[in-house]
Amino acid sequence: MDFNDTPEEAAFRAEVRTFLDSVATRKSDPQDSWDKNLKNEAEAIEIAKAWQRTLHDNGWACLHWPKEYGGRAATQIERVIWDQEEGQYLVPKGFFMIGLGMAGPTIMTYGNDEQKARHLPTLASSEKVWCQLFSEPVAGSDLAGIRTKSEKDGDDWIINGQKIWTSGAHYSDWGILVTRSDPTVAKHKGMTYFMVDMKSPGVEVRPIKQITGGSGFNEVFFTDVRIPDSQRLGEVGDGWNVALATLMNERVAVGERKGGDVLELIELAKNVNINGKPAIEDGAVRAKLAKWYTEFSGLKFTRFRSISAMSRGEVPGPENSIGKLVGAAKSQDMAEFAMMLMDRAGMINDKEIAPFSGMFQQTFMQSPSGRIAGGTDEILRNVVAERVLGLPQEPRSDKGMPYNEIPTGTIK
Amino acid sequence: MNFEFSDNQKLLKDQANKFLADKCPLTTVRTILEGDEPYDKALWNDIVNMGWTAAVIPEEFDGLGLGYLELCMIAEEMGRSLAPVPFSSSVYLATEALLLSGNLEQKEQYLPKLAAGELIGTVADAEGYGSTSDEGYSVTFTDGRLTGEKMPVIDGDIADFAVVAANGAKGTSLYLVDLSDASISKEVLSTLDPTRSQARLTFNGTPAQLLGEDGAGALALEKVFDNAAVLFAFEQIGAAEAALDAAKDYAMNRYAFGRSIASFQAMKHKMADMFVALELARSNCYYGAWALSTGDVELPVAAATARVSATKAMYQCAKENIQIHGGMGFTWEFDCHFFYRRSKLLADNLGSQSLWEEKLISRVVASTAA
Repeated sequence: MDFNDTPEEAAFRAEVRTFLDSVATRKSDPQDSWDKNLKNEAEAIEIAKAWQRTLHDNGWACLHWPKEYGGRAATQIERVIWDQEEGQYLVPKGFFMIGLGMAGPTIMTYGNDEQKARHLPTLASSEKVWCQLFSEPVAGSDLAGIRTKSEKDGDDWIINGQKIWTSGAHYSDWGILVTRSDPTVAKHKGMTYFMVDMKSPGVEVRPIKQITGGSGFNEVFFTDVRIPDSQRLGEVGDGWNVALATLMNERVAVGERKGGDVLELIELAKNVNINGKPAIEDGAVRAKLAKWYTEFSGLKFTRFRSISAMSRGEVPGPENSIGKLVGAAKSQDMAEFAMMLMDRAGMINDKEIAPFSGMFQQTFMQSPSGRIAGGTDEILRNVVAERVLGLPQEPRSDKGMPYNEIPTGTIK
Repeated sequence: MNFEFSDNQKLLKDQANKFLADKCPLTTVRTILEGDEPYDKALWNDIVNMGWTAAVIPEEFDGLGLGYLELCMIAEEMGRSLAPVPFSSSVYLATEALLLSGNLEQKEQYLPKLAAGELIGTVADAEGYGSTSDEGYSVTFTDGRLTGEKMPVIDGDIADFAVVAANGAKGTSLYLVDLSDASISKEVLSTLDPTRSQARLTFNGTPAQLLGEDGAGALALEKVFDNAAVLFAFEQIGAAEAALDAAKDYAMNRYAFGRSIASFQAMKHKMADMFVALELARSNCYYGAWALSTGDVELPVAAATARVSATKAMYQCAKENIQIHGGMGFTWEFDCHFFYRRSKLLADNLGSQSLWEEKLISRVVASTAA
């Protein structure tokens, strides 16, 4: 039992470092961020595209892609090492995850030669940015309940409906889209999957204002949008399986969560008073900190176990499924507690005066999303119960029922 | 990164699992729970024959000289089986105290016999209800003799000798005491977990010899407890997993409203939460095992983390196992109460959860200030 790289991993890490040193600037402070002085998102995208081109020209753009499509055929552990190393440099992240991570592999699996030739090179070079058009207002956890309609019209399909929670739709060139092509059959059977040009007439992107006041994602409306049949991925009616292939490519997340964790909370507790004494000396505070410390530590070493599994060439086991479930709730509760320690001033989120530049106040407002996005707490518990513990699914009242006969609520 | 037990260590765990499944089914635990014997002597002899009492004792003292990672694997399986034997007292506490504080003569005298299971040891620390302060023991040592009362002493009625924390000339010190001495009065105490014996030991001018430096007992005991905390934590996750498995098996096969109750989300989410607590504890236990086996400076933090985490997990799994069994879980006939009883024993026997939470935060604060 040790925390060391194998000789192969150490060699790969050295190679990554040598490359990154040659093209990027190492962070002097771990909290440093590449985008802190940017004027706007357009500038961020330009910088991100330029960085991705640099990676592409040097053969580092699509680590996990097969070599025949311009990738390095990197193993899981090599991707982890890349992420660990890249995280120490001032380089952009995050704009190409849907394209490189999800759209690309789906096209490799389901695309015909023409589709592969058309899309994979511009995906690899990150000339084109992609977004994911799956969720709908009434189809999130129950993704197969989507309503967005696709109707065949000659060699085209006509799309009508609405998608939601689409990150980056406003700057994306292309989207991967699941639609309802046949409402008269069972819900998993009547779906068809497309690649859609986001500049097509009838596509309207509207930002969603969140409870934080910011806008991290969008609603996308489709009104009589024409998609040529040549942009269909997979067979008509087989969209559910294509969508599953996309979702299978969601990254194994072994990164650390950002934002305040228990060590920052301990620092805060040293610097605010309860009854004239530092809060860190208060027994009730210490008991809370102990609970969160064991969760913080438990998640850290769970990640280490997952990385170790990948190092042996295995897929991380069930332990990896608990990271978000525990981490997101912990973030929320710690932020709430931190603000309580600040007492009446806890409500003040002015970055100039709030401890840690208002990090805990920001986390308090942001953290509800962590418990919802990418699988709600409730869905994740189902995942643990069914896939890890092997417990049965709940009976589904829409099982085998034609889609258009499934009951719907008043919330549309 | 290789943050995992080796194949050989897993093989040892697998062997321990099979051995205990055969020698110590829950019917064995029930026999001790319901009978008059303080522990299962036949099982103890079998365990001794497996060499587990000799695991981390160096070969020069007739031990096997295995590492702590191996002992952690054994501990997890001992925990899973709820074995009614004084293994933890003798191996995690008394043996560790001798390894950490004994002089050569004491090691030569005790360790070979501990390894061979000829001697059973324990540690006597607590003095009644409430947390015992390591600077204020009422048991005192003067002129080579101990006087005063220790209560409760786990396996105090079984053990051949005890490492006793007492107030000596220079403050808290540890002493080795032969428990067969006629001056000691022993009273077996009624306990919530009768599968592990507890006693009141009253010393009346009982001969004792210093273990370690005079006045260094508090620190020495803290080190023993840190090592033991990791080993106990492995017992706790083993037992917690057994409770979760029992809950799962029952829920899968119990039907209500026309379907398995394991298909109800209220049940699934409860069991998912049990699993989450267990996995966090397991990862922290691995951290503790790494620190214990390498003697890393992080051991005090790692041990407290493993302990706090595993105590929480075992309590959660034990109590929810009863809940998932419904009324059946509250019956004497079902085994659910075994885990519930043992969860409280393991939680409190090295000092309470709140004491360890306090240790954890003190240590984390100290390490972050450095």
